[in-house]
Amino acid sequence: MAGKEFDVAVVGGGLVGAATSWGLAREGLRVALLDEGDRAVRASRGNFALVWVQSKGLGLAPYANWSVRSSNAWRSFADLLKQETGVDVSFQRPGGLHLALSERELEARVDYLKRLHAQPGIVEYQTEILDHDEVAKIEPDIGPEVVGASYCPLDGHVNSLRLFRTLHAAINARGVTYLPSHRVENIMREGGEFRLMTTQGEVRAGRIALAAGNANMQLAPMVGLEAPMKPERGQVFVTERVRPFLHHPMNGARQTDEGTVMIGDSKEEGTDPAELKIGISATTAERAIRRFPLLANVNVVRAWSAIRVMTKDGFPIYDESETHPGAFVLCCHSGVTLAANHALTVAPMIARGALDKALVGPFSARRFHVQEAG
Amino acid sequence: MFKRLDDTGATLAFTVDGKPVRACAGDTVASALLAAGIGHCRTTPVSGAPRAPYCLMGACFDCLVTIDGVGNRQGCLVPVREGMKVETQEGKREVGR
Repeated sequence: MAGKEFDVAVVGGGLVGAATSWGLAREGLRVALLDEGDRAVRASRGNFALVWVQSKGLGLAPYANWSVRSSNAWRSFADLLKQETGVDVSFQRPGGLHLALSERELEARVDYLKRLHAQPGIVEYQTEILDHDEVAKIEPDIGPEVVGASYCPLDGHVNSLRLFRTLHAAINARGVTYLPSHRVENIMREGGEFRLMTTQGEVRAGRIALAAGNANMQLAPMVGLEAPMKPERGQVFVTERVRPFLHHPMNGARQTDEGTVMIGDSKEEGTDPAELKIGISATTAERAIRRFPLLANVNVVRAWSAIRVMTKDGFPIYDESETHPGAFVLCCHSGVTLAANHALTVAPMIARGALDKALVGPFSARRFHVQEAG
Repeated sequence: MFKRLDDTGATLAFTVDGKPVRACAGDTVASALLAAGIGHCRTTPVSGAPRAPYCLMGACFDCLVTIDGVGNRQGCLVPVREGMKVETQEGKREVGR
């Protein structure tokens, strides 16, 4: 691979890296996508597949706006992917529900949304609080313990495994050079280009975009950037295929286009993706049955845990290096929700060679210094 | 199509889609369906293709049926009981049954 030149090398072949690579290829750039092998710890294969807006951005209003932007761009993003690959990633946006199982949970929800939308600079969008009867009108199978929910019409979901596969098919069709088992061990900038030392030799590129999830923490400092991460574990289980009965994606439960029901919203410390804690599964199942009593005798066919990509404060990081011009870093928790932004907004910025401060300036990792100094 | 090697044992009565069927004591639901000449016990959730009991040892899940109101039971793992109500399935299971 030595000496082979690319305009951009994207590091990380998950949803963020693949969406960015596709966007860069659409801008006419020669792109290399460097990935780990099949054994990589990959959030893109374990996620919950929500395109989610209503719980994003308390503490950083631009993150709410950024999520709204991506949700609104998702339809055309999905249509473009279908045009190029023939595959429908089943994006649906019927609006999402955050169900509450007690008055206290509902009050916490009301309070959260009030504080979220009171922030200066947040775009206006609809969220409403529904009581039990109002929820029952749109989700007839809720249990009697559901006291209400918050509803946001901008929430949706997608078939995320198909999205992952489709993005890789799309970058392949656009001539992106996909390099699996090319774990990046060191990066240097020399003579106006970047030299990426991998487990299978060197790759050279004019620019680099780091999209390696939690591993950005190690990669970013090699090019004068930083990506403070705080990985988090979550457990999910999935049921057999059943006829459609859930009509909206929800916090911790959604029925996929294929009929299976995904359940899970645990947040745990730890970074072992193979460990499954039965106590957590039991609590999750119990809450799911209280929300939807009909789930009680549905068979679970698979369970897994996955590592969430999470920055230290939970908000995305998009940054460009001052010491190593041409080096960019992209970190976020929501690789599904923000895929449309990465493909259609961030990739064109990287192609132009500079991030648009008006859009992504608030997501610079410089914010961490302010907090540490304060 | 299938012929019993030994049909001298006690018989049980159960129903398939409401119709009376005889089984031998010790039959699983799957083997009783095959012995009764029932061509398929379900259609698949994805393509709607018909399926009949196949592996008879709990591995293939092709013999899924609704037994006494509970969907997606593996017929090969459930012995027939007197009066049991077996229903064949079309496509995806319905929650609540």
